[in-house]
Amino acid sequence: MTNNVQLPELDSVGLLRYGWRQLTSMRTALILLLLLGIAAIPGSLIPQRTQNPIAVSAAFKSSPELSIWMDRLSLFDVYGSPWFSAIYILLFISLIGCVLPRTFEHFHAARALPPATPKNLNRMEFYASWPARGNELDAARIWFKSQRFRVIEKDGSISAEKGYSRETGNLFFHLALILILLGISFSSLFGMRGDAILNVGERFVNTPTSYDSLSYGKLFSEGKLESFILNIDKFDSKYNIVTNAPEDYTLNISLRRGNLENTEKRIIKVNSPLAIGNTKIYLQANGYSPVVTVRDSKGNVALQGPIPFLPQDGNLRSIGAIKVPDADPQVGFVGSFVPTYARSNGNGAISVFPQALDPRLLLAAWSGDLGLDSGTPQSVYRIDTSSMSQLGLKSLKPGETFTYPGGSITFEGYAQWVNLQVVDDPGKNFALLGAIVAILGLLASLFTRRRRIWIRVGDVVEVAGLAKNAAPGLEQELKVFMQAVKNEVKGEK
Amino acid sequence: MSRTWAYLSNYFIYSSMAVYTLSFFAHALETAWAVKITTVSTDKNLDYKRTERVARIATAMMILGFILLFAGVIARGISAGRVPWGNMYEFSITGALAFSGAYLVALRKHDLRWLGLLVSIAVLLTLGTAVAVLYRPSAPLVPALKSTWLVIHVSAAIISGGVFLLANAVAAAYLYLDSMESKGGRTPWATRLPSLEYLDQLSYRLVAFVFPLWTFAVIAGAIWAESAWGRYWGWDPKETWAFITWVAYAAYLHARVTIGWRGRRAAWLCLFAGSTFLFNYVYVNIWGTGKHTYSGL
Ligand code: HEM
Repeated sequence: MTNNVQLPELDSVGLLRYGWRQLTSMRTALILLLLLGIAAIPGSLIPQRTQNPIAVSAAFKSSPELSIWMDRLSLFDVYGSPWFSAIYILLFISLIGCVLPRTFEHFHAARALPPATPKNLNRMEFYASWPARGNELDAARIWFKSQRFRVIEKDGSISAEKGYSRETGNLFFHLALILILLGISFSSLFGMRGDAILNVGERFVNTPTSYDSLSYGKLFSEGKLESFILNIDKFDSKYNIVTNAPEDYTLNISLRRGNLENTEKRIIKVNSPLAIGNTKIYLQANGYSPVVTVRDSKGNVALQGPIPFLPQDGNLRSIGAIKVPDADPQVGFVGSFVPTYARSNGNGAISVFPQALDPRLLLAAWSGDLGLDSGTPQSVYRIDTSSMSQLGLKSLKPGETFTYPGGSITFEGYAQWVNLQVVDDPGKNFALLGAIVAILGLLASLFTRRRRIWIRVGDVVEVAGLAKNAAPGLEQELKVFMQAVKNEVKGEK
Repeated sequence: MSRTWAYLSNYFIYSSMAVYTLSFFAHALETAWAVKITTVSTDKNLDYKRTERVARIATAMMILGFILLFAGVIARGISAGRVPWGNMYEFSITGALAFSGAYLVALRKHDLRWLGLLVSIAVLLTLGTAVAVLYRPSAPLVPALKSTWLVIHVSAAIISGGVFLLANAVAAAYLYLDSMESKGGRTPWATRLPSLEYLDQLSYRLVAFVFPLWTFAVIAGAIWAESAWGRYWGWDPKETWAFITWVAYAAYLHARVTIGWRGRRAAWLCLFAGSTFLFNYVYVNIWGTGKHTYSGL
């Protein structure tokens, strides 16, 4: 440590300027970029709330202490966490601060002419000379022009340069990265995304209350929801009879847009969403809803209709809950639906094919307090049976009825449900444009070489070349150039 | 009909494995012979005339293996009535095809025959695992995979992967020779391998060549995700690791072009970036969760 180290002046302006220079240096940008890559890792190894909420609650059950700590560090929501956002916001600022000034500089430089021919050409990386025979300079000029070099001519010499598109491409690449980030931010501010589970035959009116879950950006106003009504007409699913894997899902809907009177018939498939203005509707998932009728002891209907069940495996064995809060005492059924029934040793009922060829509904009836008024949100697919008592178990074929003390339930049949996702992502096109420009810029920057060639003609002809970044290939080009010059001069004679 | 094609595909793949095995032995023989000669002759300069024939056979077998494997992949596609990229067995055979293809293309311009030993064993291991562990009967695609983007996205990704792995092989050879030289010089058989500088430059050029293609593969994936899943980016594990690979290679290019890293450090960074790609393939497909795990394994 010596005393004569020049510290930057530490008044506030100096400090700010110093910090800004550090932040916008390329080294910082690179470190931030690497950090972003590293910071993305935990989210791919630890279950994330946005992708796998069930695994997250399982983690909380199995090791609560650790999970609470991990949650404090946002490890279950890495990509929305403050530290992840901090990294990419800093990177964003760093990129802007670093790339914009360079852009201005570059466009100045791009309009300037190449510097004049240096005195000592023989110091260059590539150099050749031979006795002059005629008008080599004219020949060189023609060649440079045909190859679209930019040239400056002075005192019997030409200085030529080519390959500015390397830097141009590079700048466009970096600017495009900024554009992509802008697009993403724009979407998160002005976008919306919602999910709705609908049984075949049901109607969906696009208002906030119709959704099972709905999230929108800070600057999205509810009034901006696209106005439409759609009806789920028909849903077809096809499965491979050998592998049981799904082959095709087709959803037919009727759509009424805005205040138009006419109804259009439309089809939605997995890879072809339906576009309504800027809003897109995706077919995301599907499953079965057993249709049941629950009656009380007097035979009055307490509940009737399709109840969506959640698929558990590839053959669509589904679980769910049927809750009858209006009964007294309350009644609930924990159920499992199998589209094609088979008995397995040990596991009870299983499904052996995803299509409903031989459906069964297996029910456990419970009576007591469903716990719906306790305030803690409950899953619609589960029942907390801790303060209930079991009334009985039953496996039902379509049309069959299970009578228990205090009432009965009839398995009428089934309907299919679909999960529609409604998305408005206004920044998407900016991001796409950015991506396209990024690739073009990258190609220009990785596949062009910036290089200079000089020729001076006196008693001897001198030719020299210099490639930036030691890019290969200049030697070959120089050979072609010299050949062209010599041939041209010979031709004149 | 489709049965027949599936059997045909399997036969092609088995025969390509046989041919790659021959190629492997021919390469091994070449290497071994070259070493043996030095112990007999006193001067350190090797006589390659004797090994030249074996080496030519090795490369010829490599080409034949590639053709058979190519036929196997095509027949697999015909049997399923789609592009052969529906599950991990198919990804693996196509990946092996891309890797050996990248080697053969690079061989036309560069003296890379010495790498054949490594390439043939890597291809054999991949095909062996594919046939023994990953094999699935030929079947149609699940709905989410039915898209033109499958063809665009996956072919770009597989080709990039083949070239990335080749760059890794070159970088690994660099590190191996580098440590050999720093311990007192190359052993005789290694003297005919290219200079360190050449290897350093070659792995950079391979990466610089496919980096735009990888960028494109990621973007094509995002476009496809937008039409299949309703969002173009969701930090799904597969997407996350594709991004990490991209960042790692971007850092590698930067380190070389703008900071001037060369040699050992650059080679390590290259290996690191390549291993993120492999990790994505192995880990996320087999143990990962997320939307990309419909691959039938
Ligand atoms: C502060 C910001 C940055 C600066 C000043 C900067 C500057 C540069 C420069 C000077 C080059 C080399 C141009 C050449 O000589 O060919 C380059 C290349 C590159 N940059 Fe950046 N960069 C920055 C941030 C980033 C970021 C954040 C990324 C990626 C996410 C990135 C990705 C790349 C890539 C892939 C190349 C390779 C192109 C080539 O090899 O020519 N850069 N950058």
